[in-house]
Amino acid sequence: MTRRTIAALAGVLGGGLAGILAGAMAGGLALLGTGAAWAQTKSAADGIAEYRKMLEDGNPADLFEARGEALWKRARGPKNATLERCDLGKGPGVVKGAFVELPRFFADTQRVQDLESRLVTCMETLQGFDGAAIARTPFGRDEQNNVTALATWVAAESRGLRFNLPTGNAEERRFYELGKRAFFFRGGPYDFSCASCHGEEGKRIRMQDLPLLTKNPGDGVGFAAWPAYRVSNGQMWSMQLRLNDCFRQQRFPFPGFGSDVTIALGSYMGVNAKGAQSIAPAIKR
Amino acid sequence: MADPMRIRAQMQGDKAVVRVLMSHEMETGQRRDAAGRLVPAWFIQDVTVSLNGKAVLTVEWGPAIAKNPFLQLNVKGAKVGDKITVLWKDNKNDTRTDEATVS
Amino acid sequence: METQFVTSRLRPTLAAAAACAVLAGCATLPPPAELDRQAAAMIKASFRDEGIAKVDRIQQDLGQAACSSEQPPSDEVADRIMQEARAGVKWPSGGVYLGDWREGERLAQNGRGMTWTDPSTAATANGGNCYNCHKISEEEISHGTLGPSLWNYGKNRGITGLDSPTAQPIFEYTWMKLYNSKSYNACSNMPRFGHFGLLNETQLRHLMALLLDPRSPVNR
Repeated sequence: MTRRTIAALAGVLGGGLAGILAGAMAGGLALLGTGAAWAQTKSAADGIAEYRKMLEDGNPADLFEARGEALWKRARGPKNATLERCDLGKGPGVVKGAFVELPRFFADTQRVQDLESRLVTCMETLQGFDGAAIARTPFGRDEQNNVTALATWVAAESRGLRFNLPTGNAEERRFYELGKRAFFFRGGPYDFSCASCHGEEGKRIRMQDLPLLTKNPGDGVGFAAWPAYRVSNGQMWSMQLRLNDCFRQQRFPFPGFGSDVTIALGSYMGVNAKGAQSIAPAIKR
Repeated sequence: MADPMRIRAQMQGDKAVVRVLMSHEMETGQRRDAAGRLVPAWFIQDVTVSLNGKAVLTVEWGPAIAKNPFLQLNVKGAKVGDKITVLWKDNKNDTRTDEATVS
Repeated sequence: METQFVTSRLRPTLAAAAACAVLAGCATLPPPAELDRQAAAMIKASFRDEGIAKVDRIQQDLGQAACSSEQPPSDEVADRIMQEARAGVKWPSGGVYLGDWREGERLAQNGRGMTWTDPSTAATANGGNCYNCHKISEEEISHGTLGPSLWNYGKNRGITGLDSPTAQPIFEYTWMKLYNSKSYNACSNMPRFGHFGLLNETQLRHLMALLLDPRSPVNR
């Protein structure tokens, strides 16, 4: 796609002059080629940084945020109830600040849970949905779309806050340890682990910088940057989907939605990111 | 009916900066689905932005505009409390109107 | 995850470890070996088959298991991994090491294959994924940095022609590296292209040519 700047003349009917500067910019503009000619005018890294800056305004994640907020407050499901009594770890109905403390241990389920598995728990207990059926539903379909929208809104309610996952409970500490082991687990026909890409500072795959996830990689990076809207495919990606696609690229088999390995990895990354500022929901290439 | 637009209109000096995020698939008509069939074209063709009921910007879009389009414009002569209305119409004659107040 | 309720009748150490593992509120973590076992069980239970990606893929061989922690394996284990890797290398038929560097560049650019959205596990369906991690030619700026630069690979090793005196040992070394990267580095990050049948002999020859043919753009 090429960038098209539309200069529009205003049809003004009385009531003062309106000077117009209209730049029509949609997510998904590809401004860069990778040929040598382009590289001579500005470096590829500079070009990509400029592209990312242009994308920051008008993040389509806003649309998912709005949908998620509406879903939280709408009576739905067999029990015809809202999610407004859902406990995301800070008490029933407390949404602000919940995102930056997940995953965490929940006494009612006796499990460490991440945001999405906890949302499904609430959809099940408060609204009467079938949690296992939602977990089996592919991303981008039916109730999974609603889980994504809800996760986007809950994350937005913690925008700017710093990650501070609780580790006081032994299960939380155990899941951190299990997550660490999963992070370094080499497997599949490519011998990849998470650490293969995210185990060293300053590396990149093709032109995509790879954060080091064995420690805090910084504000708005790694764990602190998801959920995010991906411009390249116009999709809203939650952490569950991000991990799912990581495993696909690692040539692993399919990780179950909300499975222990995904939650444990969230614990590992989330605890390591302690103090990092969340920018979720973010925008990505 | 499509999802609501997100419209922000904020005064900056003597002009209102209006930012609009529209929810739309914007299919070019050239993409193929998993089965190899062409996905039919479906995109916003006309957008009108009005200030207190009077059109200040009309836009004609084509398939080059990507999914969930973002439009930003400056409106001189607007003031706090004014009403900004955005209307779009797509190639299936679907239409959506949303409004916001300049703050 | 199963829940177990432990009574005081159970034998102390193992039971305490198991109890602490599943009950909330215990002050201590299970010992590392127990955590290793739990992690392995968790990984086994968390994945399912999808498309061509089956769960048997994550049964680890020695080379994978020994490299799955922050600590490298002992020298003894590392040596064993490398020896087994070298022993399993299949040499190209007729001793022909090089193919067509143009095909090699195509393969190096191709990142497809072996994921659950790919249609088949046949080597001919796979790319080499090389640019994901390596700089190779000067023209391609969209390259990764997970692996070392391969720019001037053949030139730097004195390969000016196919009958250069240094050619044969370098050809053998490079072939072994591509076929099974653990031949020289027990915990190499690079996939074992020949060993797992990711690329066939013809494809490997094309990659060899990309790296070693003096006419390849890599060696200008």
